Amino acid sequence: MSDNSDKSFPTDLKYTKDHEWAKVTGSEMTVGITSFAVEQLGDITLVSFDVKVGDEIKAGKTFGTIESVKTLSDLFAPVNGKVAALNADLDSKPELVNEDCFGKAWMIKITLDDTKAGDALLDAPAYAAHVKAAG
Amino acid sequence: MSESTPEAKLARTSLYEDHVRLGGRMVPFAGYEMPVQYTGIVDEHKAVRTAAGLFDVSHMGEIEMTGEWAESVVDYLVTGNVKALQDGQALYTCACNKEGTILDDLIVYKISKERILIVCNAGNRDKITKVFKSAAENHCEYKDHSDETALIALQGPKAFDVLARAGKDAADLVNLASFHFRDVVIANVKCTAARTGYTAEDGVEIFCAWKDAPALWNQLLELGKDLGVLPCGLGARDTLRLEGRLSLYGNDIDETTNPLEAGLGWIVKLDKPDFVGKEALVAIKAKGLTRKLVGFEVTGKGIARHGYKLRDLQGTEVGLCTSGSPGPTVGKNIGLGYLPTAMCEVGTKFFCDCRGKNIEAVVVKTPFYKRAKAS
Repeated sequence: MSDNSDKSFPTDLKYTKDHEWAKVTGSEMTVGITSFAVEQLGDITLVSFDVKVGDEIKAGKTFGTIESVKTLSDLFAPVNGKVAALNADLDSKPELVNEDCFGKAWMIKITLDDTKAGDALLDAPAYAAHVKAAG
Repeated sequence: MSESTPEAKLARTSLYEDHVRLGGRMVPFAGYEMPVQYTGIVDEHKAVRTAAGLFDVSHMGEIEMTGEWAESVVDYLVTGNVKALQDGQALYTCACNKEGTILDDLIVYKISKERILIVCNAGNRDKITKVFKSAAENHCEYKDHSDETALIALQGPKAFDVLARAGKDAADLVNLASFHFRDVVIANVKCTAARTGYTAEDGVEIFCAWKDAPALWNQLLELGKDLGVLPCGLGARDTLRLEGRLSLYGNDIDETTNPLEAGLGWIVKLDKPDFVGKEALVAIKAKGLTRKLVGFEVTGKGIARHGYKLRDLQGTEVGLCTSGSPGPTVGKNIGLGYLPTAMCEVGTKFFCDCRGKNIEAVVVKTPFYKRAKAS
Protein backbone atom coordinates (compact mmCIF):
# COMPACT_ATOMS: atom_id res chain seq x y z
CA MET A 1 0.00 0.00 0.00
CA SER A 2 1.32 3.37 -0.96
CA ASP A 3 -1.06 5.75 0.77
CA ASN A 4 0.72 6.01 4.13
CA SER A 5 3.83 7.79 3.01
CA ASP A 6 3.41 11.09 4.81
CA LYS A 7 1.32 10.33 7.88
CA SER A 8 1.95 12.32 11.03
CA PHE A 9 0.87 11.29 14.51
CA PRO A 10 0.21 13.25 17.75
CA THR A 11 3.57 14.19 19.22
CA ASP A 12 2.46 14.03 22.86
CA LEU A 13 2.00 10.26 22.60
CA LYS A 14 4.32 7.25 22.52
CA TYR A 15 3.84 4.35 20.11
CA THR A 16 4.49 0.63 19.68
CA LYS A 17 5.37 -1.34 16.58
CA ASP A 18 2.01 -3.11 17.01
CA HIS A 19 0.33 0.19 16.12
CA GLU A 20 -0.81 1.16 19.59
CA TRP A 21 -0.39 4.54 21.23
CA ALA A 22 0.40 5.19 24.89
CA LYS A 23 0.10 8.27 27.05
CA VAL A 24 1.80 8.38 30.41
CA THR A 25 0.35 10.52 33.20
CA GLY A 26 2.29 10.04 36.43
CA SER A 27 2.26 6.32 37.18
CA GLU A 28 -0.55 5.51 34.77
CA MET A 29 -0.43 4.70 31.08
CA THR A 30 -3.46 4.99 28.78
CA VAL A 31 -3.33 2.80 25.67
CA GLY A 32 -5.28 2.74 22.41
CA ILE A 33 -4.73 1.89 18.76
CA THR A 34 -3.41 4.32 16.17
CA SER A 35 -5.17 5.85 13.18
CA PHE A 36 -2.97 3.68 10.97
CA ALA A 37 -4.26 0.54 12.71
CA VAL A 38 -7.84 1.75 12.36
CA GLU A 39 -7.35 2.44 8.68
CA GLN A 40 -5.98 -1.06 8.18
CA LEU A 41 -8.80 -2.72 10.10
CA GLY A 42 -11.71 -0.78 8.62
CA ASP A 43 -15.10 -0.66 10.33
CA ILE A 44 -14.60 -1.75 13.94
CA THR A 45 -17.43 -3.95 15.17
CA LEU A 46 -16.19 -5.54 18.38
CA VAL A 47 -13.69 -4.82 21.13
CA SER A 48 -13.31 -7.48 23.80
CA PHE A 49 -10.99 -7.65 26.79
CA ASP A 50 -9.44 -10.81 28.20
CA VAL A 51 -8.43 -9.07 31.45
CA LYS A 52 -10.25 -7.31 34.26
CA VAL A 53 -9.38 -4.39 36.50
CA GLY A 54 -6.71 -5.42 39.01
CA ASP A 55 -5.13 -8.10 36.80
CA GLU A 56 -1.38 -8.09 36.31
CA ILE A 57 -0.37 -7.77 32.68
CA LYS A 58 2.97 -8.29 30.99
CA ALA A 59 4.50 -6.39 28.10
CA GLY A 60 3.85 -8.17 24.80
CA LYS A 61 0.96 -10.26 26.13
CA THR A 62 -2.52 -9.85 24.69
CA PHE A 63 -5.15 -8.13 26.80
CA GLY A 64 -7.97 -8.39 24.27
CA THR A 65 -9.01 -8.44 20.65
CA ILE A 66 -10.40 -5.93 18.24
CA GLU A 67 -12.50 -7.03 15.28
CA SER A 68 -13.62 -5.32 12.12
CA VAL A 69 -16.10 -6.61 9.58
CA LYS A 70 -13.38 -8.45 7.76
CA THR A 71 -10.71 -9.30 10.29
CA LEU A 72 -9.50 -9.64 13.84
CA SER A 73 -6.43 -8.34 15.63
CA ASP A 74 -4.91 -8.83 19.07
CA LEU A 75 -4.38 -6.01 21.54
CA PHE A 76 -1.00 -6.13 23.25
CA ALA A 77 0.09 -4.67 26.56
CA PRO A 78 3.00 -2.34 25.78
CA VAL A 79 4.43 -2.53 29.32
CA ASN A 80 4.29 -4.46 32.60
CA GLY A 81 1.72 -3.31 35.12
CA LYS A 82 -1.70 -3.71 36.62
CA VAL A 83 -5.01 -3.03 34.85
CA ALA A 84 -6.40 0.20 36.32
CA ALA A 85 -9.37 0.64 33.94
CA LEU A 86 -10.94 -0.72 30.77
CA ASN A 87 -13.03 1.41 28.44
CA ALA A 88 -16.55 0.02 28.92
CA ASP A 89 -17.99 2.42 26.31
CA LEU A 90 -16.41 0.33 23.56
CA ASP A 91 -18.65 -2.55 24.55
CA SER A 92 -21.76 -0.90 23.19
CA LYS A 93 -20.06 1.55 20.83
CA PRO A 94 -17.11 -0.13 19.09
CA GLU A 95 -17.50 2.41 16.27
CA LEU A 96 -15.94 4.99 18.63
CA VAL A 97 -12.62 3.48 17.54
CA ASN A 98 -13.26 4.65 13.98
CA GLU A 99 -14.45 8.05 15.17
CA ASP A 100 -11.86 8.97 17.79
CA CYS A 101 -9.08 6.43 18.20
CA PHE A 102 -6.69 8.83 19.96
CA GLY A 103 -9.36 10.08 22.38
CA LYS A 104 -12.68 8.58 23.42
CA ALA A 105 -11.69 5.14 22.16
CA TRP A 106 -8.81 4.55 24.56
CA MET A 107 -8.77 0.87 25.48
CA ILE A 108 -6.94 0.29 28.73
CA LYS A 109 -5.28 2.19 31.59
CA ILE A 110 -2.32 0.48 33.18
CA THR A 111 -0.73 1.27 36.56
CA LEU A 112 2.93 1.06 35.67
CA ASP A 113 5.36 -1.22 37.49
CA ASP A 114 8.07 1.14 36.32
CA THR A 115 7.06 4.76 35.73
CA LYS A 116 9.89 5.09 33.18
CA ALA A 117 8.60 2.15 31.09
CA GLY A 118 7.07 4.49 28.53
CA ASP A 119 10.45 5.95 27.64
CA ALA A 120 11.37 2.82 25.71
CA LEU A 121 8.45 3.21 23.31
CA LEU A 122 8.66 4.99 19.94
CA ASP A 123 8.12 8.73 19.61
CA ALA A 124 5.88 10.11 16.86
CA PRO A 125 8.55 10.53 14.13
CA ALA A 126 9.99 7.07 14.85
CA TYR A 127 6.51 5.56 14.64
CA ALA A 128 5.78 7.44 11.40
CA ALA A 129 8.98 5.95 9.98
CA HIS A 130 7.87 2.48 11.15
CA VAL A 131 4.50 2.94 9.43
CA LYS A 132 6.20 4.12 6.26
CA ALA A 133 8.45 1.06 6.27
CA ALA A 134 5.42 -1.19 6.84
CA GLY A 135 3.54 0.47 3.98
CA MET B 1 4.01 -26.32 -14.16
CA SER B 2 6.61 -28.25 -12.20
CA GLU B 3 9.03 -25.34 -12.21
CA SER B 4 9.54 -23.74 -8.86
CA THR B 5 7.52 -20.54 -8.78
CA PRO B 6 8.78 -18.39 -5.91
CA GLU B 7 5.75 -16.13 -5.91
CA ALA B 8 3.29 -16.29 -8.77
CA LYS B 9 2.79 -12.88 -10.31
CA LEU B 10 -0.66 -11.53 -9.68
CA ALA B 11 -2.85 -10.74 -12.66
CA ARG B 12 -4.76 -7.49 -13.00
CA THR B 13 -8.13 -6.79 -14.55
CA SER B 14 -8.46 -3.97 -17.06
CA LEU B 15 -9.94 -1.85 -14.25
CA TYR B 16 -6.82 -2.00 -12.05
CA GLU B 17 -5.84 1.65 -12.63
CA ASP B 18 -9.39 2.77 -11.94
CA HIS B 19 -9.47 0.85 -8.66
CA VAL B 20 -6.25 2.45 -7.52
CA ARG B 21 -7.41 5.91 -8.60
CA LEU B 22 -10.66 5.41 -6.66
CA GLY B 23 -8.71 4.55 -3.51
CA GLY B 24 -9.29 0.81 -3.67
CA ARG B 25 -7.20 -1.23 -1.26
CA MET B 26 -5.78 -3.93 -3.49
CA VAL B 27 -5.32 -7.44 -2.14
CA PRO B 28 -4.41 -10.77 -3.71
CA PHE B 29 -7.49 -12.81 -4.54
CA ALA B 30 -7.58 -15.98 -6.65
CA GLY B 31 -4.43 -14.93 -8.47
CA TYR B 32 -5.61 -11.37 -9.12
CA GLU B 33 -5.01 -8.06 -7.44
CA MET B 34 -8.53 -7.01 -6.52
CA PRO B 35 -10.00 -4.19 -4.41
CA VAL B 36 -11.20 -5.41 -1.01
CA GLN B 37 -12.72 -2.00 -0.28
CA TYR B 38 -12.67 1.66 -1.33
CA THR B 39 -14.37 3.83 1.30
CA GLY B 40 -15.23 1.04 3.71
CA ILE B 41 -17.06 -2.28 3.76
CA VAL B 42 -20.08 -1.05 5.71
CA ASP B 43 -20.46 2.06 3.54
CA GLU B 44 -20.32 0.02 0.38
CA HIS B 45 -22.63 -2.64 1.77
CA LYS B 46 -25.22 -0.01 2.68
CA ALA B 47 -24.91 1.67 -0.72
CA VAL B 48 -25.88 -1.60 -2.39
CA ARG B 49 -28.87 -2.09 -0.08
CA THR B 50 -30.17 1.46 -0.44
CA ALA B 51 -28.83 2.75 -3.79
CA ALA B 52 -26.50 0.65 -5.91
CA GLY B 53 -22.93 -0.59 -6.06
CA LEU B 54 -20.56 -1.36 -8.88
CA PHE B 55 -18.31 -4.41 -8.64
CA ASP B 56 -15.45 -5.54 -10.83
CA VAL B 57 -15.73 -9.30 -11.13
CA SER B 58 -13.62 -9.63 -14.25
CA HIS B 59 -11.51 -12.22 -12.49
CA MET B 60 -14.30 -14.78 -12.94
CA GLY B 61 -13.76 -17.40 -15.63
CA GLU B 62 -15.79 -17.52 -18.86
CA ILE B 63 -15.92 -20.69 -20.93
CA GLU B 64 -17.80 -21.13 -24.19
CA MET B 65 -18.95 -24.46 -25.56
CA THR B 66 -20.23 -24.47 -29.14
CA GLY B 67 -21.49 -27.01 -31.62
CA GLU B 68 -24.32 -29.44 -32.14
CA TRP B 69 -23.61 -31.30 -28.89
CA ALA B 70 -22.71 -28.31 -26.72
CA GLU B 71 -25.94 -28.40 -24.75
CA SER B 72 -25.71 -32.13 -24.08
CA VAL B 73 -22.10 -31.93 -22.94
CA VAL B 74 -22.75 -29.06 -20.52
CA ASP B 75 -25.92 -30.71 -19.29
CA TYR B 76 -23.91 -33.82 -18.42
CA LEU B 77 -21.33 -31.82 -16.47
CA VAL B 78 -23.72 -29.92 -14.20
CA THR B 79 -26.44 -30.86 -11.74
CA GLY B 80 -29.10 -28.58 -13.26
CA ASN B 81 -31.27 -29.05 -16.30
CA VAL B 82 -29.60 -27.10 -19.11
CA LYS B 83 -31.86 -28.68 -21.72
CA ALA B 84 -34.90 -27.16 -20.07
CA LEU B 85 -33.54 -23.62 -20.47
CA GLN B 86 -34.92 -21.21 -23.05
CA ASP B 87 -32.46 -19.42 -25.31
CA GLY B 88 -31.41 -16.33 -23.39
CA GLN B 89 -31.96 -17.94 -20.00
CA ALA B 90 -29.33 -18.48 -17.31
CA LEU B 91 -29.10 -21.07 -14.57
CA TYR B 92 -27.35 -21.21 -11.22
CA THR B 93 -25.95 -24.70 -10.94
CA CYS B 94 -22.89 -26.66 -9.89
CA ALA B 95 -20.47 -29.17 -11.31
CA CYS B 96 -19.75 -32.20 -9.16
CA ASN B 97 -17.19 -34.95 -9.30
CA LYS B 98 -18.04 -38.67 -9.36
CA GLU B 99 -18.26 -38.68 -5.58
CA GLY B 100 -21.02 -36.08 -5.71
CA THR B 101 -18.98 -33.33 -4.06
CA ILE B 102 -18.73 -29.87 -5.54
CA LEU B 103 -16.07 -28.90 -8.09
CA ASP B 104 -17.52 -25.42 -8.47
CA ASP B 105 -20.76 -23.49 -8.49
CA LEU B 106 -21.49 -21.96 -11.86
CA ILE B 107 -23.87 -19.90 -13.91
CA VAL B 108 -24.72 -21.45 -17.25
CA TYR B 109 -26.00 -19.10 -19.98
CA LYS B 110 -27.83 -20.73 -22.86
CA ILE B 111 -27.35 -18.53 -25.90
CA SER B 112 -28.74 -21.37 -28.00
CA LYS B 113 -28.66 -25.15 -28.01
CA GLU B 114 -25.39 -24.89 -29.94
CA ARG B 115 -23.80 -22.15 -27.86
CA ILE B 116 -23.47 -22.17 -24.09
CA LEU B 117 -21.48 -19.82 -21.84
CA ILE B 118 -20.31 -20.99 -18.44
CA VAL B 119 -19.07 -18.63 -15.72
CA CYS B 120 -16.94 -20.18 -13.00
CA ASN B 121 -15.16 -18.89 -9.92
CA ALA B 122 -11.73 -17.39 -10.53
CA GLY B 123 -10.15 -19.71 -7.98
CA ASN B 124 -11.49 -22.75 -9.82
CA ARG B 125 -10.70 -21.64 -13.34
CA ASP B 126 -7.84 -24.10 -13.94
CA LYS B 127 -9.84 -26.99 -12.56
CA ILE B 128 -13.07 -26.18 -14.40
CA THR B 129 -11.47 -25.35 -17.74
CA LYS B 130 -9.73 -28.72 -17.59
CA VAL B 131 -13.02 -30.53 -16.92
CA PHE B 132 -14.93 -28.71 -19.67
CA LYS B 133 -12.11 -28.93 -22.17
CA SER B 134 -11.72 -32.65 -21.70
CA ALA B 135 -15.50 -33.22 -21.85
CA ALA B 136 -15.66 -31.21 -25.08
CA GLU B 137 -13.14 -33.44 -26.86
CA ASN B 138 -14.69 -35.08 -29.93
CA HIS B 139 -18.10 -33.62 -29.03
CA CYS B 140 -18.04 -29.84 -29.26
CA GLU B 141 -15.78 -26.79 -29.42
CA TYR B 142 -14.34 -25.42 -26.21
CA LYS B 143 -12.92 -21.94 -25.67
CA ASP B 144 -11.70 -20.12 -22.57
CA HIS B 145 -12.65 -16.44 -22.96
CA SER B 146 -11.66 -15.43 -19.41
CA ASP B 147 -8.73 -13.23 -20.39
CA GLU B 148 -10.66 -11.17 -22.91
CA THR B 149 -13.98 -10.91 -21.08
CA ALA B 150 -14.61 -8.33 -18.38
CA LEU B 151 -17.52 -8.63 -15.97
CA ILE B 152 -19.04 -5.76 -14.03
CA ALA B 153 -21.93 -6.15 -11.60
CA LEU B 154 -24.32 -3.27 -10.96
CA GLN B 155 -26.46 -4.19 -7.98
CA GLY B 156 -29.03 -2.46 -5.84
CA PRO B 157 -32.49 -0.89 -5.87
CA LYS B 158 -31.29 1.97 -8.05
CA ALA B 159 -29.39 -0.14 -10.57
CA PHE B 160 -32.05 0.33 -13.23
CA ASP B 161 -32.26 4.07 -12.56
CA VAL B 162 -28.60 4.23 -13.48
CA LEU B 163 -29.17 2.14 -16.60
CA ALA B 164 -32.10 4.38 -17.55
CA ARG B 165 -29.50 7.12 -18.05
CA ALA B 166 -27.19 4.93 -20.12
CA GLY B 167 -29.10 4.93 -23.40
CA LYS B 168 -32.42 3.66 -24.71
CA ASP B 169 -31.33 0.04 -25.03
CA ALA B 170 -29.88 0.00 -21.51
CA ALA B 171 -33.00 1.67 -20.11
CA ASP B 172 -35.05 -1.23 -21.42
CA LEU B 173 -33.05 -3.76 -19.35
CA VAL B 174 -35.57 -3.20 -16.56
CA ASN B 175 -37.86 -5.48 -18.58
CA LEU B 176 -35.35 -8.31 -18.67
CA ALA B 177 -36.63 -11.21 -16.59
CA SER B 178 -34.69 -12.59 -13.65
CA PHE B 179 -31.98 -15.06 -14.76
CA HIS B 180 -32.27 -13.97 -18.38
CA PHE B 181 -29.68 -12.19 -20.49
CA ARG B 182 -29.32 -10.37 -23.78
CA ASP B 183 -26.93 -8.32 -25.87
CA VAL B 184 -27.27 -4.63 -25.14
CA VAL B 185 -25.51 -1.32 -25.66
CA ILE B 186 -24.84 0.44 -22.38
CA ALA B 187 -23.34 3.93 -22.53
CA ASN B 188 -22.17 3.21 -26.06
CA VAL B 189 -20.38 0.03 -25.02
CA LYS B 190 -21.38 -3.29 -26.58
CA CYS B 191 -22.23 -5.67 -23.74
CA THR B 192 -24.22 -8.69 -22.72
CA ALA B 193 -26.25 -8.11 -19.57
CA ALA B 194 -27.78 -10.73 -17.31
CA ARG B 195 -30.31 -10.13 -14.55
CA THR B 196 -28.28 -11.99 -11.98
CA GLY B 197 -26.13 -11.11 -9.01
CA TYR B 198 -24.47 -12.09 -5.78
CA THR B 199 -25.77 -9.47 -3.36
CA ALA B 200 -29.42 -10.42 -2.68
CA GLU B 201 -30.43 -7.22 -4.50
CA ASP B 202 -31.89 -6.68 -7.92
CA GLY B 203 -29.45 -5.73 -10.64
CA VAL B 204 -27.41 -6.89 -13.57
CA GLU B 205 -24.08 -8.48 -14.32
CA ILE B 206 -22.57 -7.06 -17.49
CA PHE B 207 -20.07 -8.78 -19.78
CA CYS B 208 -18.01 -6.68 -22.14
CA ALA B 209 -14.68 -6.78 -23.93
CA TRP B 210 -11.68 -6.55 -21.59
CA LYS B 211 -10.56 -3.21 -23.10
CA ASP B 212 -14.06 -1.66 -22.92
CA ALA B 213 -14.50 -2.21 -19.19
CA PRO B 214 -12.93 1.10 -18.02
CA ALA B 215 -15.27 3.15 -20.25
CA LEU B 216 -18.30 1.24 -19.03
CA TRP B 217 -17.22 1.32 -15.38
CA ASN B 218 -16.47 5.04 -15.30
CA GLN B 219 -19.64 6.01 -17.13
CA LEU B 220 -21.84 3.94 -14.84
CA LEU B 221 -20.17 5.49 -11.78
CA GLU B 222 -20.61 8.97 -13.19
CA LEU B 223 -24.25 8.36 -14.17
CA GLY B 224 -25.00 6.99 -10.72
CA LYS B 225 -23.05 9.49 -8.67
CA ASP B 226 -25.99 11.62 -7.52
CA LEU B 227 -28.02 8.45 -6.85
CA GLY B 228 -25.47 7.28 -4.29
CA VAL B 229 -23.81 4.60 -6.40
CA LEU B 230 -20.43 3.52 -5.02
CA PRO B 231 -17.66 1.30 -6.31
CA CYS B 232 -17.65 -1.77 -4.07
CA GLY B 233 -14.93 -4.25 -3.21
CA LEU B 234 -14.70 -7.91 -2.30
CA GLY B 235 -15.35 -7.13 1.37
CA ALA B 236 -18.85 -5.80 0.78
CA ARG B 237 -19.49 -8.50 -1.81
CA ASP B 238 -18.86 -11.05 0.93
CA THR B 239 -21.11 -9.46 3.59
CA LEU B 240 -23.87 -8.90 1.03
CA ARG B 241 -23.85 -12.46 -0.22
CA LEU B 242 -23.67 -13.82 3.33
CA GLU B 243 -26.80 -11.90 4.37
CA GLY B 244 -28.52 -13.40 1.32
CA ARG B 245 -27.17 -16.87 2.20
CA LEU B 246 -25.45 -17.24 -1.12
CA SER B 247 -22.72 -19.85 -0.97
CA LEU B 248 -19.07 -18.94 -1.33
CA TYR B 249 -16.91 -21.60 -2.94
CA GLY B 250 -13.88 -22.39 -0.81
CA ASN B 251 -15.79 -21.40 2.32
CA ASP B 252 -19.24 -22.99 2.41
CA ILE B 253 -18.84 -25.45 -0.42
CA ASP B 254 -15.86 -27.33 -1.83
CA GLU B 255 -14.74 -30.81 -2.84
CA THR B 256 -15.48 -32.12 0.65
CA THR B 257 -19.12 -31.04 0.60
CA ASN B 258 -22.05 -32.22 -1.49
CA PRO B 259 -24.81 -29.91 -2.74
CA LEU B 260 -27.53 -31.71 -0.77
CA GLU B 261 -25.97 -31.02 2.63
CA ALA B 262 -25.00 -27.51 1.49
CA GLY B 263 -28.66 -26.61 1.09
CA LEU B 264 -28.31 -26.65 -2.69
CA GLY B 265 -30.66 -29.58 -3.26
CA TRP B 266 -32.83 -27.24 -5.30
CA ILE B 267 -30.16 -27.02 -8.00
CA VAL B 268 -29.70 -30.80 -8.20
CA LYS B 269 -32.05 -32.47 -10.68
CA LEU B 270 -31.86 -36.12 -9.75
CA ASP B 271 -34.58 -36.86 -12.31
CA LYS B 272 -32.22 -35.88 -15.13
CA PRO B 273 -31.15 -38.94 -17.20
CA ASP B 274 -27.50 -38.68 -16.15
CA PHE B 275 -24.85 -36.27 -15.00
CA VAL B 276 -21.47 -36.46 -13.29
CA GLY B 277 -22.05 -37.30 -9.64
CA LYS B 278 -25.67 -38.38 -10.02
CA GLU B 279 -25.14 -41.94 -8.82
CA ALA B 280 -23.31 -40.77 -5.71
CA LEU B 281 -25.90 -38.09 -4.95
CA VAL B 282 -28.77 -40.56 -5.31
CA ALA B 283 -27.01 -42.82 -2.80
CA ILE B 284 -26.29 -39.92 -0.44
CA LYS B 285 -29.94 -38.90 -0.55
CA ALA B 286 -31.16 -42.47 0.05
CA LYS B 287 -28.85 -42.87 3.02
CA GLY B 288 -29.88 -39.56 4.56
CA LEU B 289 -27.76 -36.55 5.35
CA THR B 290 -25.45 -36.60 8.36
CA ARG B 291 -24.92 -32.85 8.47
CA LYS B 292 -26.32 -29.69 6.95
CA LEU B 293 -25.19 -26.17 6.27
CA VAL B 294 -27.29 -23.87 8.44
CA GLY B 295 -27.44 -20.18 9.11
CA PHE B 296 -26.86 -18.99 12.64
CA GLU B 297 -26.75 -15.86 14.69
CA VAL B 298 -24.11 -15.33 17.34
CA THR B 299 -26.12 -14.28 20.40
CA GLY B 300 -23.11 -13.97 22.71
CA LYS B 301 -20.39 -11.40 22.36
CA GLY B 302 -18.32 -12.61 19.45
CA ILE B 303 -17.98 -12.80 15.71
CA ALA B 304 -17.94 -16.19 14.01
CA ARG B 305 -15.24 -16.61 11.37
CA HIS B 306 -14.48 -19.14 8.66
CA GLY B 307 -12.78 -22.16 10.23
CA TYR B 308 -14.03 -21.72 13.80
CA LYS B 309 -15.24 -24.89 15.51
CA LEU B 310 -18.86 -25.32 16.50
CA ARG B 311 -19.63 -27.14 19.76
CA ASP B 312 -22.76 -28.47 21.39
CA LEU B 313 -23.77 -27.04 24.76
CA GLN B 314 -21.71 -29.75 26.48
CA GLY B 315 -18.65 -28.38 24.70
CA THR B 316 -18.13 -31.28 22.29
CA GLU B 317 -16.96 -30.31 18.82
CA VAL B 318 -19.78 -31.05 16.40
CA GLY B 319 -19.28 -28.84 13.37
CA LEU B 320 -17.51 -26.07 11.55
CA CYS B 321 -18.23 -22.44 10.77
CA THR B 322 -17.72 -21.89 7.05
CA SER B 323 -18.55 -18.17 6.82
CA GLY B 324 -19.11 -15.52 9.43
CA SER B 325 -19.07 -11.78 9.89
CA PRO B 326 -21.17 -8.93 11.15
CA GLY B 327 -24.19 -8.46 8.90
CA PRO B 328 -24.32 -4.70 8.34
CA THR B 329 -28.00 -4.68 7.25
CA VAL B 330 -29.36 -7.29 9.64
CA GLY B 331 -27.36 -5.71 12.46
CA LYS B 332 -26.29 -9.03 13.93
CA ASN B 333 -23.24 -11.23 13.87
CA ILE B 334 -24.19 -14.02 11.51
CA GLY B 335 -22.65 -17.11 10.03
CA LEU B 336 -23.02 -20.32 8.09
CA GLY B 337 -21.77 -23.66 9.29
CA TYR B 338 -22.16 -27.38 9.12
CA LEU B 339 -23.97 -29.01 12.05
CA PRO B 340 -25.17 -32.59 12.62
CA THR B 341 -28.67 -33.06 11.18
CA ALA B 342 -30.17 -33.39 14.65
CA MET B 343 -28.96 -29.90 15.57
CA CYS B 344 -30.18 -28.10 12.47
CA GLU B 345 -33.63 -27.11 13.63
CA VAL B 346 -34.24 -23.36 13.90
CA GLY B 347 -33.83 -22.28 17.50
CA THR B 348 -31.18 -24.88 18.39
CA LYS B 349 -28.53 -23.37 20.63
CA PHE B 350 -24.85 -24.21 20.37
CA PHE B 351 -21.43 -22.65 20.88
CA CYS B 352 -19.12 -21.08 18.39
CA ASP B 353 -15.54 -21.48 19.57
CA CYS B 354 -14.17 -17.99 19.01
CA ARG B 355 -10.47 -18.51 19.59
CA GLY B 356 -10.91 -20.59 22.71
CA LYS B 357 -14.02 -18.88 24.03
CA ASN B 358 -17.36 -20.68 23.74
CA ILE B 359 -19.76 -18.01 22.51
CA GLU B 360 -23.47 -18.80 22.35
CA ALA B 361 -25.12 -19.03 18.95
CA VAL B 362 -28.49 -20.14 17.63
CA VAL B 363 -29.68 -21.69 14.37
CA VAL B 364 -31.89 -19.24 12.47
CA LYS B 365 -33.91 -19.20 9.29
CA THR B 366 -32.13 -18.10 6.14
CA PRO B 367 -31.71 -15.96 4.16
CA PHE B 368 -30.76 -13.51 6.89
CA TYR B 369 -31.82 -10.72 4.56
CA LYS B 370 -34.47 -10.70 1.87
CA ARG B 371 -35.18 -7.65 -0.22
CA ALA B 372 -38.69 -6.31 -0.39
CA LYS B 373 -40.30 -7.37 -3.66
CA ALA B 374 -40.57 -4.53 -6.16
CA SER B 375 -44.10 -3.63 -7.14
